[in-house]
Amino acid sequence: MAMGKIFKFHNDLDTDQIIASQYLLLPNIDEMKVHTFESLDPEFPKKVQPGDYVVGGENFGCGSSREQAPSVLKALGVKAVVAKSFARIFYRNAINIGLPVIVCKDLPDAVESGDEMELFLSEGVAKTGGRTYSCTKLPEYMQQILSQGGLIASLNKEG
Amino acid sequence: MGQTIIEKIIAHNLGVQSVKPGEIVTVNVDWVMLDDIMIPFIVDKFHEMGFTKVWDPDKAVLIYDHLVPASQQDDTRHYRTGDAFAKECGLTHVHRSDGICHQLMTEAGYVKPGDVVFGTDSHTTTYGCVGAFSTGIGYTEMAAILGTGTLWVKVPETIKVVIEGTLPEGVMSKDIILRLIGDLGADGATYRALEFSGSAIEQMSISSRMAMANMAIEAGAKCAAFTPDEKTAEYCEIELDEFQKGLKGDADARYMKILVYKAEDFVPVMACPSQVDKIRPVEELKGTRIDQVFIGSCTNGRLEDLQAAAKVLEGKKVAPFVKLIVNPASRKIYREALACGVLKTLIEAGAIVTHPGCGLCCGRTGGILCDGQRVVATNNRNFLGRMGTAKTEIYLASPMTAAACAVAGEIAVAVD
Repeated sequence: MAMGKIFKFHNDLDTDQIIASQYLLLPNIDEMKVHTFESLDPEFPKKVQPGDYVVGGENFGCGSSREQAPSVLKALGVKAVVAKSFARIFYRNAINIGLPVIVCKDLPDAVESGDEMELFLSEGVAKTGGRTYSCTKLPEYMQQILSQGGLIASLNKEG
Repeated sequence: MGQTIIEKIIAHNLGVQSVKPGEIVTVNVDWVMLDDIMIPFIVDKFHEMGFTKVWDPDKAVLIYDHLVPASQQDDTRHYRTGDAFAKECGLTHVHRSDGICHQLMTEAGYVKPGDVVFGTDSHTTTYGCVGAFSTGIGYTEMAAILGTGTLWVKVPETIKVVIEGTLPEGVMSKDIILRLIGDLGADGATYRALEFSGSAIEQMSISSRMAMANMAIEAGAKCAAFTPDEKTAEYCEIELDEFQKGLKGDADARYMKILVYKAEDFVPVMACPSQVDKIRPVEELKGTRIDQVFIGSCTNGRLEDLQAAAKVLEGKKVAPFVKLIVNPASRKIYREALACGVLKTLIEAGAIVTHPGCGLCCGRTGGILCDGQRVVATNNRNFLGRMGTAKTEIYLASPMTAAACAVAGEIAVAVD
């Protein structure tokens, strides 16, 4: 994977912050994505480039079951979310829609927004600031879902 | 080796003797709950997957609650999509204005002890109040269940919470679950089941258990579990069978952790802005001026909650600058509160009673707040911006505490 820029967020980042309830009524993810992280960083959708990374702390994606949360991140081109830990429903939703979610205990505290990072999914490592961090490697089954672009694409392929 | 409540439910569902935490299993789904916010996405995914039939149209419950009544013109698109899908697939259970999904799933007689249930809302953990295994999922997985009737789950480890004794006056089950979330942290139970027992739990009504199961997700829990008893049987209008009667944690079951509390040690607490686990005793927050009070939601909009608030408000007036918004969780509760005089007491005190639904709790309608305003609310989340703007402060509390705050115009304790 190529280098991408890091956008770093705090612990217990909830799905209301990723995409607020009032925007869930918009007809599709493309219309929603311009409101991503609106309460925390309204410029995020303009600043983020395809291939960039979101880095979180503990319990990333807690709160609501809204699948729109990982979906807007993916639609904006976020390559992966790297966090110390994830809330259960967010994690499951992210894998299902094909957004890599990577647990890495040491990296989040060592980086800042704007740092460049490179992620090697199949090896389970991330490189940033001249250091290499080992992340939890995703099971092969999940890597397969991700490489095919999500659960539906993967199931249809198995068909 | 003994088993926890959730292990017993999953094993029974699979038709096996036992299951172990960490095992990945495919369960047969007893009920699904689809809500109005997610329905267009569920329907899209269902069709994208190539399904044409719902595995069992009698097992799916479609509930309009977040958007009822409509607050924006486009809300009605969700009803139209839902209605068309119900017609296409022959869904028999559709609630268009009966109340909040998590209230209706047990109140309307669907979920029973031992059932396995999934819903497209994180507070689906609520049905643990009657001893069901229930949890929230996204719309893609919901579409997959609608087509297949199954879903894979990891058998969760269980944290056992034992509460012995009798709660002090002025303390409600909401204070227990808030304190527990504070003790565990907002991710302290992630991937785990929270199993409740002890004499304080046995004494509790189903409504009180519901408030606790509802908020299990706020500690990250996958699900909550209460042992079905005589109260459960009466509430569900069933006779418990042997399997349901046996849904208790065995003495030699594997628990990840056991937390033991004395009921007498609990005090009224609040979750302070803007984290559910930022818990402080109400006593320490006394005197903080407020603008609004909200009593309702799927956490605390039941008759016992409205009664508790009415008891505090009887013969008193809400502070002139405070708006007290009361929101019964269902039409049935609304009707009961009317019949027993509770609504009259609340209205005479100055309450604004709104229609059953999710409106204010999810920040859509019925009392949205602006920058700099402070609200004491009985719902389950105080996330930044949830009930208004990112500069609105939300304090979560019990209905008794909320009522006392409404009268005082500032944070106050109900029983001093």
